[in-house]
Amino acid sequence: MLYAIFFIFLLQLVGEFLQKYFVLAIPGPVIGLLLMLVALLLQRGSRDSDTDFGQKVINTSNHLLQYLSLLFVPIGVGVVMHLQLLESQLVKVLGVIIIGTLLTIIVTAALFQVLRKRGVDD
Amino acid sequence: MTDAARLYEVWVYLQAEPLFWLTLTIGCYLFADFLYKSSGLFPLLNPVALSIALVSACLIIFNVEYERYFNGAKFIHFLLGPATVALAVPIYLNWRIVSAERLAILATVVMGSLFAIGVTFGVSLFLDVDLVTVKSMLPRNVTAPIAMGISELIGGIPSLTAIITIVTGVVGAALGTFVLDLVRVKNMSARGFAFGLTSHGIGTARAMSRDQTAGVFAAVAMGLSGVTTALLLPLIFRLISDLL
Repeated sequence: MLYAIFFIFLLQLVGEFLQKYFVLAIPGPVIGLLLMLVALLLQRGSRDSDTDFGQKVINTSNHLLQYLSLLFVPIGVGVVMHLQLLESQLVKVLGVIIIGTLLTIIVTAALFQVLRKRGVDD
Repeated sequence: MTDAARLYEVWVYLQAEPLFWLTLTIGCYLFADFLYKSSGLFPLLNPVALSIALVSACLIIFNVEYERYFNGAKFIHFLLGPATVALAVPIYLNWRIVSAERLAILATVVMGSLFAIGVTFGVSLFLDVDLVTVKSMLPRNVTAPIAMGISELIGGIPSLTAIITIVTGVVGAALGTFVLDLVRVKNMSARGFAFGLTSHGIGTARAMSRDQTAGVFAAVAMGLSGVTTALLLPLIFRLISDLL
């Protein structure tokens, strides 16, 4: 498991390095995600099974993702404690967020439902 | 020394240590998750929103500064980066479905991201929000670090963008299910996709907790819309400023 943790941290570190060095608009962890996807596809190769190490990385990642929601709590508390930054705009901003978010969810879901191939997971 | 004075002394010691804030955060989350599950997964009892409210209430009641709290909670916050890298795993495990849908994915990402920017701009103008706040709101549908970078580039206030982005995540995660049921989108990949594109990581966490397929498409939509918005929004913004 320690190897898997090391590997995940390492890919994030490489991602952060690439982002800073080339001043990319994509954040380090998202670059790390892309690198991880490439690494996973490469380790499988043309065989249809994962290597031992690949399996370890998959298991460790799944453990971590089980608690994904929890990881947003500290920054969310910061948001509540700093809401006064919005001052007089608070109600309007909340209006934009609620209307905009709900409309975007509806439009995106409808678009994807129409465009996707039928019957993959119905 | 009185008992109360001793208790106070112990409190002063404990609240300076990370352990107390870590325990409080995990405790509030477990309690929120328990309430959510015992309500039969009622969307308004979203565990992220609920645990944020619980922790914030504790800090306000006991008059604790956020910086003190975060000094402990940062150990949880740190794991967001590695967890983002780990999101490659559900995409990899469902690679066959994802690559079969690649055209629909790309088309929806581009159109959905443009719609997200447009609707934020339109509603802001309609509600007469001031310009700096509008600029800070435009990138609100992508993951916070990307949104903050874009905000800086187009003349918004990054910390304001962070707040608006997180609220967008929580609102989408808490209310998304209602509107999707209302318009009768039943397909899990489409539902997940909408959660990820609109409410980034918080939406993805929400989708993943309900359905594996929804989680995969949420993660794909979050990653791709982040990149797309980072590339498109500064361009669109330059075009609009040239026209004005």
